[in-house]
Amino acid sequence: MAGCLLFLFKPVWFPVAITSAAVAYDRQFTWTLWICGGIFVAVQLLLAWTIMWKCRRATSRPANRWMELGWIAATGIVFISMSLLGSRGWAKTSSGPAGKEVIEIDAHQFAWTFRYPGPDGLFGRTAIRFISDSGGNSAGIDPGDPAGKDDITTATLRIPAHRDVLLLLHSRDVIHDFFVRELRTKQDIVPGMEIPLDLHVEQTGAYEIACAELCGLGHSQMRSVMIVMPPDDYDRWKRQH
Amino acid sequence: METAALNSFSTRLFSTGHRAIARQYFFLSLFAVLAGMALSLVMRFHLVFPQAGNDVLTPEYYLSLLTLHGTLMVFFVLTLAPLSAFANLVLPEQLGAEGMAFPRLNMISFWMTAIAFALLLASFFATGGGALSGWTAYPPLSAVGAIAGPGEGIGQTLWFFSIGVFCLASLLTAMNIIATVLDERAPDMALMEMPLTCWNWFVTAILTLLSFSVLLAALLLILLDRFAGTSFFVPGGLLVADEAIPHSGGSPLLWQHLFWFFGHPEVYIAILPGMGIVSEVISTFSRRPAFGYRSMVWSTIAIAFLGLLVWGHHMFISGLNPYSAIAFSLLTMAIGIPSAVKTFNWIATAWGGDLHLTTAMLFALGFVSIFVTGGLSGLFLGQPELDAYFHDTYFVVAHFHLIMGIAALFGIFSATFYWFPLMFGRMLDERLGKLHFYLTFIGAYATFGPMHFAGFAGNPRRYPDFTTFEFLGQVMPLQRWITGAAFCLASVQAIFLWNLFRSMRHGIVAPDNPWESSTREWNAAARY
Repeated sequence: MAGCLLFLFKPVWFPVAITSAAVAYDRQFTWTLWICGGIFVAVQLLLAWTIMWKCRRATSRPANRWMELGWIAATGIVFISMSLLGSRGWAKTSSGPAGKEVIEIDAHQFAWTFRYPGPDGLFGRTAIRFISDSGGNSAGIDPGDPAGKDDITTATLRIPAHRDVLLLLHSRDVIHDFFVRELRTKQDIVPGMEIPLDLHVEQTGAYEIACAELCGLGHSQMRSVMIVMPPDDYDRWKRQH
Repeated sequence: METAALNSFSTRLFSTGHRAIARQYFFLSLFAVLAGMALSLVMRFHLVFPQAGNDVLTPEYYLSLLTLHGTLMVFFVLTLAPLSAFANLVLPEQLGAEGMAFPRLNMISFWMTAIAFALLLASFFATGGGALSGWTAYPPLSAVGAIAGPGEGIGQTLWFFSIGVFCLASLLTAMNIIATVLDERAPDMALMEMPLTCWNWFVTAILTLLSFSVLLAALLLILLDRFAGTSFFVPGGLLVADEAIPHSGGSPLLWQHLFWFFGHPEVYIAILPGMGIVSEVISTFSRRPAFGYRSMVWSTIAIAFLGLLVWGHHMFISGLNPYSAIAFSLLTMAIGIPSAVKTFNWIATAWGGDLHLTTAMLFALGFVSIFVTGGLSGLFLGQPELDAYFHDTYFVVAHFHLIMGIAALFGIFSATFYWFPLMFGRMLDERLGKLHFYLTFIGAYATFGPMHFAGFAGNPRRYPDFTTFEFLGQVMPLQRWITGAAFCLASVQAIFLWNLFRSMRHGIVAPDNPWESSTREWNAAARY
């Protein structure tokens, strides 16, 4: 019971929501909280009541096939509709790179590399034999591929606000996870797979990127920042590189 | 004379009597739970005082503590105590059987479990560091060997061997329980007349057989990846610590499928026996038969069946096809239905009954409260959209500690108080027992309740410290509170230990049927 009081004080809470999907998330969370909170209070009170009334003389039991069917139906309807509603904001698979700002993410023990295609709009070929973290080629761009000459690699993720952005997630060693709290989502980055993640951020600012899948001893140090810039600033920044 | 003493010692050590084996399992899991709890306190301490003892408490040491804590608790506590210990203790008598179907196999299972335990400890102290990939051991981290960092060499290998031996032992125990229920049952007892405890052990054993065999297969495959150059779980083109890995074509997600095909049923392996115990205890101390016996049996079967189909909800954000998440979500929420049926049946059993609030009964009612709380946070995690934020945060840690850890432990405590007379011929002290219950009940909520809020703030789990990220500064007061509450919760367990070890020798001698129960284990004259 005392635990419910914590919800009044909200000692810590969600950060700001910066996409429409994140706003929808908060809505979904809020009503799930109300329903579950209601069930929580009701059932715990029922349990407490059952115990408090122990001194009453043992009563005969009400007959109960209908009671049982009743609570099966009630919980069934509530839980299944929750699942269906909770799937609304899901299952939006990526619609491909057309018209989007495409950025590649290379996660590795224990850092992030972000790669932009440059003015030609093409990513250069990569291979692990070209990877050199100390030599400034964390992405392993093939020096023989002209498309790779103008690629930009950074350690901080910069994206434009109000535009469609497509992140292509890669890992070169073990499983990592791209987690930005303000996006209200996270995505595992699985070596051997390229996983797309669509974004459309409405609010400029700097947001921390955390790794959320245990990746070894430096797991908790694997931090970067996602800087959401006004579109004009973003274009200017890209030109300067 | 000496040989005789030696013989008697070895007969006791390698006893084939089911109650002796039950006590062996009980003490093994007691040791494991105390060790696991101690490790958690070291971790909790380090989280709030990251600077103290930094030379010993390195990140890799923290992660190996975390791995050992999870492995001890999931395998050597939550699998052993509810199933292997208590089913061995009372299942045969409850069924009117003479003993377990295969007594020698039973003894072998225990000793294999003990070997698995020794291997696990060896893994922790191995050169190159203890295994640190968590109890889930996701490849490629766990599959490419020492190159992936500390603990990934011998430590991880021994961990795989330990769990492999544990799987074999659990499979033997499960077979034994299934055979006992089907073949050794008294002729006058139909399946639908078995006590609910027996039903739950029976279904749990079937679940063990189906899920541990898959884990065993996965372990063999990953060991082949590590030593025989196969590529079941390791894809091509990997560069780990600046070295190209000579594997190609494997899938890291395949491990997750196989692991969680075991891992999710494992949750029910831990909790179903507790549900059986709670049904029995609430019915005994309400002095009336369990409400809705048939629906209790069918809900147990439904939970186990659905439990086999929902492994994907651990993988919503793993890179799995997002559409499959919708099916996994629906099935996951569907488990809520038989779980709710059980909850209502427990309350209906006690409702208006002639309640005797013994310690066993208090723990059983506490189980219901914790089970409901832990179950409700599952309704958040079962929605893929909400899970995308909560996955691998402290919200999940709170959820599974309540529903799998504390609830199952309450089942174990309830069973310990209830069947202690059958284990040692004496009674546990009720006054100490009740004190222990109230403090544990409050301590559990005080520890794991606030953890949900750390999850709201997006606090990731499996972080050795919260110093790198700015946003984690705000959760530190909460984390300090959790650490304080965890130390209180752990220290009140001393009451239980004192009660246990004192009552074993000096407790009141138990009368024949101290709880006036109607099941058969109490009229069997065979006591300690």
